[in-house]
Amino acid sequence: MSTTPALADDRSTVRILLRLWPYVRPVRTRLLVAAVVAVLASCIGLVIPLVLKWLVDGPVAGRDPQGVWLGALYLLLLGLAEAGLFGLRRWLVARPLAGVEARMRADLYGHLQRVPVAFHDRWASGQLLSRATTDLMLMRLFLAFPLTFLLVNGVTIIVGVIIMLLQDWMLGLVILGPAVPVIITCVVFERRYALVARRAQDQVGDLTTVVEENVLGIRIIKGFGRHRSQARAFRQMVRTLRGTELHKARLLASIWAVMTTLPELAIGAALVVGTVQVADGDLSAGTLVAFLSTALALRWPVDSIGFLLAMTQEAATATERYFEVMDAEPESETVTAGTSTAPGHEDDGLRFHAVRFRHPDADEDAPYVLDHIDLHIRHGESMALVGATGSGKTTLTALVPRLHEVTAGRITLDGEDITAMSRAELRAKVAVAFEEPTLFSASVGENVLMGADGDAGPAELDRALAVAQAGFAHDLPEGTGTQVGEQGLSLSGGQRQRLALARAVVGRPRFLVLDDPLSALDVHTEALVETALRRVLAETTALIVAHRPSTVLLADRVALLSGGRIAAVGTHHELLRTNAEYAWLMSGADRTGDEEPGAALGSTGAMEEAHR
Amino acid sequence: MTTPTTPAPAPAPAATGQDAPDVTPAAHGTGDHFDQDVLPTPPGATAALLRSLLVPMKARVALTTTLLLFQQAAVQAGPLLVAYAIDSAVPALRRDDLGPLALVAAGYLLCALASGALQYLFIRVAGRVSQDVLLDLRGRIFRHAQALSVDFHERYTSGRLISRSTTDVESLRELLDEGLQELVTVVLSFVYITAMLLWLDLGLGAAALASLVPLSLLVRLYQRRAVKVYRLRSTAVAAVIVKFVETMNGIRPVRAFRREAANEAEFGTLNHRHERRNGDAILEMARYVAGSRLVANTAVAAIVLWGAYRVADGGLALGVLAAAVLYLRRLYDPIDRLAMFLNSYQSAAASLEKIAGLLAQTPSVPEPEAPRSLPAPRSGQPGREVVFDGVRFAYRTGGEVLPRFDLTLPAGQTVAVVGSTGAGKSTLAKLLARFYDPTEGRVLLDGVDLRDLATPELRRGVVMVTQESFLFSGTVAENIAIGRPDATREEIEEASKAIGAHEFISALPDGYDTDVRKRGGRISAGQRQLVAFARALLADPAVLILDEATSSLDIPGERAVQRAMLTVLKGRTAVVIAHRLSTVETADRVLVMEHGRVVEDGSPADLVAGTAGTGRYADLHRAWRDSLA
Repeated sequence: MSTTPALADDRSTVRILLRLWPYVRPVRTRLLVAAVVAVLASCIGLVIPLVLKWLVDGPVAGRDPQGVWLGALYLLLLGLAEAGLFGLRRWLVARPLAGVEARMRADLYGHLQRVPVAFHDRWASGQLLSRATTDLMLMRLFLAFPLTFLLVNGVTIIVGVIIMLLQDWMLGLVILGPAVPVIITCVVFERRYALVARRAQDQVGDLTTVVEENVLGIRIIKGFGRHRSQARAFRQMVRTLRGTELHKARLLASIWAVMTTLPELAIGAALVVGTVQVADGDLSAGTLVAFLSTALALRWPVDSIGFLLAMTQEAATATERYFEVMDAEPESETVTAGTSTAPGHEDDGLRFHAVRFRHPDADEDAPYVLDHIDLHIRHGESMALVGATGSGKTTLTALVPRLHEVTAGRITLDGEDITAMSRAELRAKVAVAFEEPTLFSASVGENVLMGADGDAGPAELDRALAVAQAGFAHDLPEGTGTQVGEQGLSLSGGQRQRLALARAVVGRPRFLVLDDPLSALDVHTEALVETALRRVLAETTALIVAHRPSTVLLADRVALLSGGRIAAVGTHHELLRTNAEYAWLMSGADRTGDEEPGAALGSTGAMEEAHR
Repeated sequence: MTTPTTPAPAPAPAATGQDAPDVTPAAHGTGDHFDQDVLPTPPGATAALLRSLLVPMKARVALTTTLLLFQQAAVQAGPLLVAYAIDSAVPALRRDDLGPLALVAAGYLLCALASGALQYLFIRVAGRVSQDVLLDLRGRIFRHAQALSVDFHERYTSGRLISRSTTDVESLRELLDEGLQELVTVVLSFVYITAMLLWLDLGLGAAALASLVPLSLLVRLYQRRAVKVYRLRSTAVAAVIVKFVETMNGIRPVRAFRREAANEAEFGTLNHRHERRNGDAILEMARYVAGSRLVANTAVAAIVLWGAYRVADGGLALGVLAAAVLYLRRLYDPIDRLAMFLNSYQSAAASLEKIAGLLAQTPSVPEPEAPRSLPAPRSGQPGREVVFDGVRFAYRTGGEVLPRFDLTLPAGQTVAVVGSTGAGKSTLAKLLARFYDPTEGRVLLDGVDLRDLATPELRRGVVMVTQESFLFSGTVAENIAIGRPDATREEIEEASKAIGAHEFISALPDGYDTDVRKRGGRISAGQRQLVAFARALLADPAVLILDEATSSLDIPGERAVQRAMLTVLKGRTAVVIAHRLSTVETADRVLVMEHGRVVEDGSPADLVAGTAGTGRYADLHRAWRDSLA
């Protein structure tokens, strides 16, 4: 998603960059010392012309060989000092700045792990990734160069100008001539560049998203032979980015042109005036050389202001983008307290009390996804949750481990409100197996044991694998030590699902939430898993999203979710008899006549026509 | 565009007694390059890639060089004018001759204006060159990644592919935007200044040239050391990216299993390694900068000493010495910038090597050189006949999945494939969809080898719907239209209605125009599968493969799919891999697979009854019946 456009007017580059202070603070001494070192080095550069002047006007003019040696020695010493200080400055900041970048990245990562899941639904991971890489690098570069050198160059320019004024005030004034137009150019440039820089960075983020999607959705693209149209769309985006980058180049070209021409003109003028003065005998040749040498030494500090400002601007944009993410509220820890109704309800099980839910970013008048959920799953009971596709079953399960927050009402575990306990505590009690089984880059064993509290050993692992019928793990090249996930062996959907199930049961959780846990299994394996799972469910309070009778039969009772409410609760057979919707969902017996192509299908003939 | 051809990189590591069922060929054990970040790159591929990127820009590269040539000439004329002013204009003025001074003034004015204008032009042209190269490179990576077969994608992780097309391209951008300009400027100013010095005074010029020897040694030394440092750094950053992406994409299980702390520790380790590498790279640079400054400043002192001596002797004009000194300061000024160039060159070279490695991968499922087209449907039916002709399939790393077999699926037949996980069902489907090519034998569609079909023709012929229903960002309608991009809104809606998806799509906030946001966060797995079906329906292929494509659907959804197959897709050849026997029952024919072989083949009724109910299918059927009880 392309994020908010730059907040045009009241954004101040300085104010934005000041937000980096907490990260810079720990290394401030180093940075300061480095800046001082850089100023010193830079001033040495300015002293060298003075030595030259002394050399030309004194020993050279006076034909004094010893003086010449002395002058050269001074030059050498100053040169050595300058080189040493240059190296020292870089050495001083190298590790600390790499550290700042790393710390900011770690913070971003940590923060992103703690913002609500809804945040991740909104933000493409490409946008997040480009913040964690490119943007952070830009910020480090800012700290390494513009931050120091805007100061150093400022000081150098001031010192240089003073030296020039002291040598010859008139020539000094001539040199100062372009200062005002240069400053105006810089200000105008900075404004315009900021906008374009921001646009470019956002477009890079969007591009990253497209790349990522095309990698992740490669089977669909290949399956439909769409790589050409995808490539075309990609090309379009790349072209747009190119346009923005060229706009940036135009702005840069302008400022460079101004920054090259104006000072050069001033030096030319100074040369003409100086020559006249030398001819009149008002000025020594050595002074003119020194003066021009100083002026030339200031060229780089002045010239570089353009790109230093550009870097600063990009860093400000990067900072802004970084803090856009960092400013997202993390999941608040323990919102309410004291609502733990009755401590005596130790074996109360899982209860939904008048729970309503609507996505936090939905419109005020949008209908509730879950309108009024009252449901009690007794201690040790397993409850199947059945509902039509899109009825909100998965959403309901996400409320229990607080991946989403209820909009109204409450959920209690053994009588204790889930908002009254810490998330860690809650999630330790509730184990979840998601519909989409995600494995992480780790060994099979580690992936499964993630579900336990660290004290689980090989015995627990074996038990969990056995329950999930995931014995195949032992036959992998390195057994349960085999690496899977992004960087390891890729497993089939059914294998991943069984490992995810093993992960959910390994910690013998008090509460178990399973979202259609057997969907990818073949009938044979499913039957075996069911048998094993029944034993686990006997001692657990469980909520199981189910699509099939076979899964429903794992549970003691069934709840039917319909229209955002629990429409019926009972055993499978009861509901089959008494509830038409349930019977429809479970048997597919079409309420309007089974094999009849319905009204919807009547029009498909037209579509076939269209194809010919 | 030249794609360097290389033999498929498969020095198959001895099958490590593995052969776990249904394990896709992935990196494991030693000897597989996919463990590493850099794929084997044929020698010279990196340079060839760079060349192929720059060759089309030849004219403009020449233009930028010319612009810089003049720009530097204008910039470097300054001290010469100073020398002229001191040695000629001053005496002339004393004779009341304003001519030389006017010349100096005019010369300086001209130089100032020229250098500004040329600078402007240069940046614009160079920006265009750099952007066009990046455009080209981004496109190549993207297209190539898409051309590579599914089995490549299963091995090369998405995180790596993403960092190839983001950070690695970015480092090339830095080289092009800043680095190359630096290099040309540095070289040109070196050439100009040395030429000027030689012209001003042969001796001083020769001395300046001599100082280049230690400097170039220093550069070489730095370069050699930096290559290593930068390679380590970019490997370290790739690891950080992989971890980052994995966490963000799996945020739900991360939360639910309280992985935050463990993740932070792991990320911390990777991040810290990157920090060290990053610091190493910066320090290497610091050493170089200090060293080169040292050499430069020593050279300045020595040359000034000698020059001053000669002026004192009367062997050199004062103005010449002044100009020489000004030039000398400038001669060594761009040394830092040379380091910046080397800096961006190193990281770009490391990145380019990885990109070249990626681009050097040959698609294991290549496009045909001389594509054939499918014959007109024979039977007047939309379906086509599928023949597996002596097909055998084994992974490149060894491990036979499908032993040699022959199989014919007549046009219009609906064939269900059942069997336990790892029996080879998906591999069969992937061969038919040409996600893989068979190791031996041919897969024929109405008599035409799939390898001879160009992609558009192939996809009109065969479409596969899998159980993973990824949604692209964009609207629901756009996601369905992937099936047929030129479809009208009516056709999209028809397809959705036929599959029973219309109802939920209409109920979304903006209906068909609802943005699915990030990978369909708000659309349930079942709904996503319906969207995937609508897409396939819209594509209207001759052969439809459903690979466990109904796993997340509820029973009414599954029925809708079956109905659609009986109506909209009637007459198409269909291969249905399903765990649910409810789907299988409506098939014309059932294949039961085990260990890569078809062990039973017949109509559902025959298989249940025929072998007196002792076959595997009969077992499965009984188990399923029981589950419905």
